[in-house]
Amino acid sequence: MNLMTQQERLRSELEELVERLGTERSSLMPILQEVQRKYYRISDYAIQVIADLLDIHPVEVHAVVSFYSFLDFKPKGRFVIRLCRTLCCDMANKDRVARQLCNDLGIQFGETTPDGKFTLEYANCIGMCDQGPALLVNDHVYTRVTPEMVNQIIVGCRQVFGLHATQQPMEQ
Amino acid sequence: MITSTCRNLTFETIEPWAGLKRAMELGQAGIIREVTDSGIKGRGGAGFPAGVKWNLCAAAKDPLKYIICNADEGEPGTFKDRVILTDFADLVFEGMIIAAMAIKATEGILYLRGEYTYLREGLEAQLLALRVNKKLGENACGVKGFDFNIKIRMGSGAYVCGEETALIESLEGHRGEPRNRPPYPVNTGFNGHSTAVNNVESLAWISCILSKGSKWFSQHGTEKSTGLKLFSVSGDCDKPGVYELPLGITVAELLVEVGGSNAKAVQIGGASGRCVPAIEFDRKIAYEDIPTGGSVIVFGPGRDMLDVAQNFLEFMVEESCGQCTPCRYGNPTLLEGVQMLREGRCSAGYLKELVSLGETIQIASKCGLGQSSANAFLSIVKHFKEEIMGRAIGDA
Ligand SMILES: Cc1cc2nc3c(=O)[nH]c(=O)nc-3n(C[C@H](O)[C@H](O)[C@H](O)COP(=O)(O)O)c2cc1C
Ligand code: SF4
Ligand code: FES
Repeated sequence: MNLMTQQERLRSELEELVERLGTERSSLMPILQEVQRKYYRISDYAIQVIADLLDIHPVEVHAVVSFYSFLDFKPKGRFVIRLCRTLCCDMANKDRVARQLCNDLGIQFGETTPDGKFTLEYANCIGMCDQGPALLVNDHVYTRVTPEMVNQIIVGCRQVFGLHATQQPMEQ
Repeated sequence: MITSTCRNLTFETIEPWAGLKRAMELGQAGIIREVTDSGIKGRGGAGFPAGVKWNLCAAAKDPLKYIICNADEGEPGTFKDRVILTDFADLVFEGMIIAAMAIKATEGILYLRGEYTYLREGLEAQLLALRVNKKLGENACGVKGFDFNIKIRMGSGAYVCGEETALIESLEGHRGEPRNRPPYPVNTGFNGHSTAVNNVESLAWISCILSKGSKWFSQHGTEKSTGLKLFSVSGDCDKPGVYELPLGITVAELLVEVGGSNAKAVQIGGASGRCVPAIEFDRKIAYEDIPTGGSVIVFGPGRDMLDVAQNFLEFMVEESCGQCTPCRYGNPTLLEGVQMLREGRCSAGYLKELVSLGETIQIASKCGLGQSSANAFLSIVKHFKEEIMGRAIGDA
């Protein structure tokens, strides 16, 4: 597919999305959350289109995206792993889980694997403090994670990915 | 679904929708009187009396009013709202409907933190059932002219959005930056309309209060801090989980309950709360003594209090929205100070300067995040000088 048709397709998908969620300013967060979920990022082009459709300046949209830690300009992996780094999980040895994650994925925190499958990040308290160390894989929560469990979690993701790989949308 | 251990919660014993039924008998003024009489103060941390808030909203002349349920639960060590939304969401929705009757709201919004996205599907299904049963929608609950609906909006990973004006900014499609107050949301809230923002737990308790009566509620707790409260307990104790206890309980009593009596300190109120040393375990957990949204983190004898100060300051540096200078620049300076203490490079004079900087951040910041960001650091410096000064690298 050439670049032009990809952009056209994105535009028409965004138009549909905005029609469904509304053109008011207060629809902006749900729109951006949906774009992030679907395309793993919010590209400059998407920002431009959304701004046009909501009749606001792209800088406004840009400012919103930059504020929230779950919204990103750069493409995220299909699976975003967020390990809680806040005190209770820290006291429950989250550092060992962190090291194992880095070893098993071959990346550091803040990075995405070259195949685009995994992004590794820290999160602040995710509300599982009585069962730390805790982490999120996309919307899924894992608790009392041990270094040994890390590999199972990653393998589980790879299996899901294998199943759905052909349905993933194209890079924007 | 992963659940926390909970013990003997009142919420389990409440007859579904009994509170709503009573509310419909009482009517607008009666509901507000009942809530006011119960003395319940906000369970989200700030402790504002719920009855007063609703009264202000009810008095506002505005054809469009909103009730927002604050489910952004981001305070480190807090997870009781997650438990409520998992097991007792109907009590929360019931509380929102009661609120809507009391303030004449036309729309309810549950602002759920992005980290809890896995709860959304179940909550949407419950809301759908309420629409089917006509508890929500046009002529909701069979009351003619009472049109009320509830929708869910998601957060996107920003702790500061738990602050009510930042939450409203976020709902309006802006950066989650807290506003100056006044004006308060009760007058100028979502899209400029009168808005009551209440915590998940506050709303669940209000359903219980309507069901069991204000006297039942206020017989628990102290005069200034009535009622029961959920505590999220974690850290070095035998039985972490969610506890329902009366306000006014001492730290020592709570530690017996949770199996943490050998603690050297307890952090009450999360990263924005205070670190209470063992010598003060006879103090009360109540709005008039040690206030809290319910986060209790227990530190056993082996814990390094500088780890605690550092972790919480890293949290604040990360989560500050950056609008005001004391919060934006002050917290990183405190964090550097902790590093100096760690390496034994901090003079007594500089430590004094850090304390005074902390106090400045408390008074010069715009919102509750900055106003409380130095609390943990200051209480640790105050109570653990022996432990944190004159260290050599590798001491702990
Ligand atoms: C930084 C910050 C974060 C907050 N986070 C929450 C939260 O996650 N949940 C909550 O209910 N209140 C939170 N609050 C308090 C809210 O501003 C508000 O007081 C509360 O939602 C009102 O509800 P209540 O009176 O029922 O407690 C926060 C306040 C600040 C300053
Ligand atoms: S105190 Fe901190 S978080 Fe609050 S408005 Fe100021 S900079 Fe933002
Ligand atoms: S501290 Fe990790 S979940 Fe709360």
